[in-house]
Amino acid sequence: MSPVSRGFRHLHRASDEDAGRLPPGQYVTEGFPVLSAGPTPHTPLEEWTFAITQGGQTRKSWTWQEFRALPAVTITADIHCVTRWSKLGTQWRGVPVDTLLDLAGYEAPYVMAFCDGGYTTNLPIADVTGGQAWVAFGYDGGPLQAEHGGPARLLVPHLYFWKSAKWVRGLDLREADEPGFWEKYGYHMYGDPWREQRYAGD
Amino acid sequence: MARTALRGRLTWQAATVAAVTRETASVVTIELDPPHWPGHRAGQHLDVRLTAEDGYTAEREYSIASAPGEPVAITVERLEDGEVSPYLTGELHAGDELELRGPVGGYFVWEPGDGGPLLLLAGGSGIVPLRSILRHRLRTGSDVPARLLYSSRNWEDVIYRDELSQHRDGVQVSYTLTRGQPAGWTGHTGRIDSVLLAEVAWPAESNPLAYICGPTSFVETAAAALVGLGYPPERVRTERFGGTGGH
Repeated sequence: MSPVSRGFRHLHRASDEDAGRLPPGQYVTEGFPVLSAGPTPHTPLEEWTFAITQGGQTRKSWTWQEFRALPAVTITADIHCVTRWSKLGTQWRGVPVDTLLDLAGYEAPYVMAFCDGGYTTNLPIADVTGGQAWVAFGYDGGPLQAEHGGPARLLVPHLYFWKSAKWVRGLDLREADEPGFWEKYGYHMYGDPWREQRYAGD
Repeated sequence: MARTALRGRLTWQAATVAAVTRETASVVTIELDPPHWPGHRAGQHLDVRLTAEDGYTAEREYSIASAPGEPVAITVERLEDGEVSPYLTGELHAGDELELRGPVGGYFVWEPGDGGPLLLLAGGSGIVPLRSILRHRLRTGSDVPARLLYSSRNWEDVIYRDELSQHRDGVQVSYTLTRGQPAGWTGHTGRIDSVLLAEVAWPAESNPLAYICGPTSFVETAAAALVGLGYPPERVRTERFGGTGGH
């Protein structure tokens, strides 16, 4: 039984529509907070590639030009950060991960996303396929700013936003579900906001 | 290999508020006495959950202000449009109960074995986890040299002012006041930038370890400036507050 905090009142009442879209423990923000563990990397586009790798081999790799020549889509999604802010109705441009994986060919149950700056995060292949994940390069009608993960970040909006890895440079196909950067520090291996899977054991 | 923080499940517990101490006009430190505390590391944070009389709950995370081995404490700044911080800074009293779970986070932490020299850059209430690191350094008798540069709007907004002025023995504390300065101010003025950091920060050749905590714009500027001064990105650890309007 949680103790009641006398004098604490509910001030930020989300609209009824928003409330149904808000996972437990989250609140709506209008801003776009930035959370990163280190400095923002700035990789020149001429040096940027996106790769699907497996067992130390590159199955398929795209330069920025090749990547941007792939068919892109507009995505509208609610995003949920483990630090408890949610942002509703965000709009992105990106290439479906399905497209990238289909071109590379794949057979593996998990992926590890890898990024400039050394960040990693683990995901089941079932969560990055089937129209649920994108490599996003545009946000809100413009390019994706570096502090928000540009030139491109993973977008997996049905999981907590640390899974939507900033500055993503590829996906490594894995046989086992190994912890990525935050997962090693005690955050949940899967991270479903609707089941409030913030930390290991949640 | 990064030290892992994989523990058992983090469960909510009702902690007794042991003391509430005013730090500045808008900031308090809340000392807590949780029934089960597994111990924390300098730089970690914890989750707080408030429950209103109508059953509504709100959760937030706060950096731990105390050093490992000291009673658990958080320092909270009142945000005018906030929901949780006005309660914590205005309504909460010693003897009340507060639900928490933690500690959380394992990257923005420092142990004496991590070495240095340490460069700590604080923007506003970003001083909180860095204060824990400085206290931990002092309590463990570490001789790792440390420099703290603390950016604040005004002198009155500086948190832990008396405590920070007492640091000696290898700790250098400097301030930059961005909005207003008291008469006779001899410290730095204006927002943090690469010119100020070139003057204050350890040279990159000394292989420093940097911790930056503050609002996003502060952290972005400071981290980019350190990389520009030759700090390897993996020696620059950051923690940012969003300006989410939700705290």
